[in-house]
Amino acid sequence: MKNELHTFLTESVYMGVMLTLGTYSIGLWLKSKTGWALMNPLLVAVVLTICFLCVTGMSYTSYVRGADVISYMLTPATICLAVPLYEQIEQLKRNFRAVVIGIAAGVLASMASILALIVLLNMDHVSYVTLLPKSITTAIGMCVSEELGGSVPVTIMVIVITGITGNIFAERFLHMIKVREPIAKGIAIGSASHVIGTAKAMEMGGTEGAMSSLSIVTSGVLTVIAASVFASLA
Amino acid sequence: MRYVLQLLIIICFSFLGEVLHAVLPLPFPAGIYGIVLLYAALSTGMLKVRHIKEASTTLIAAMPVMFVPPAVGLMETWSSIRDVWPQYMFITIISTLAVMAAAGWMTQGAIMWKGHGKARKEEQDEK
Repeated sequence: MKNELHTFLTESVYMGVMLTLGTYSIGLWLKSKTGWALMNPLLVAVVLTICFLCVTGMSYTSYVRGADVISYMLTPATICLAVPLYEQIEQLKRNFRAVVIGIAAGVLASMASILALIVLLNMDHVSYVTLLPKSITTAIGMCVSEELGGSVPVTIMVIVITGITGNIFAERFLHMIKVREPIAKGIAIGSASHVIGTAKAMEMGGTEGAMSSLSIVTSGVLTVIAASVFASLA
Repeated sequence: MRYVLQLLIIICFSFLGEVLHAVLPLPFPAGIYGIVLLYAALSTGMLKVRHIKEASTTLIAAMPVMFVPPAVGLMETWSSIRDVWPQYMFITIISTLAVMAAAGWMTQGAIMWKGHGKARKEEQDEK
């Protein structure tokens, strides 16, 4: 009887959905209670779900069979990023040269620094393409990783950690390296640490926030092109 | 009702993105083709933001929770990256700061350079 119950619970399609939505809700709650960048709802949900699966012995396969219902809308949602991009393009036009130069420099710095560190630490091609899209928004980043043959779950975690790093260090780091211009601050935060960093940029000011959100999709699209070239370099 | 039509439009663009992904020999994901197509439709005025506003806002807001299932796949690949995890963290943090510095400096430099150019032009105009 106990075994049958266990099988029923771990095989139920709704179990995966409940688990995903439940742990994510806990993450949202922790984030609003503590306000810590480290309490990122996605990070909390992933850690809690993995703990739950390990403790109960439920397999990833049966979890994902149910939970995949949630991820089904991922591509349509990604495509919707064209809407904020379209709405923000006016702001890009106003400071066109500075913004484009800044974002392009960010994308190149991302690719070049990862290439250099991968060569330096003598790591393999899969690690390289897994890390390449780490500074861009998760939706585009996981597509790039998959397309280039990287490990998608690792890419997602690395992207979240990148965002948290940016969120925590942006203010102090930009002060330290003497970036004072609000537009420059916004572009720096958005191209380095996507949506999670942008939350910080919005606290810093309206211009910072707007420029940071503008950089998210723009640097994402640029990275798709740059990464396909850089992927063949290591 | 409105949501159904809006969702239909978005799904159509997803489908077109998939078609391009299958047909074109470029290494770009289907979602990227979709973004480019939807952006083109919006900027040519074929489609107005209000035609997809509510559905797209909802989908974007709900996106982080959609990353949970693929990210949980980490437990399957963990054994293969356990040993290199510190290197991953090191590269992630260093390169994040490198991007921030490069983008920040270049944007600030370009703005100051433009301001400088403008000031010099005004100076010449005064002469």
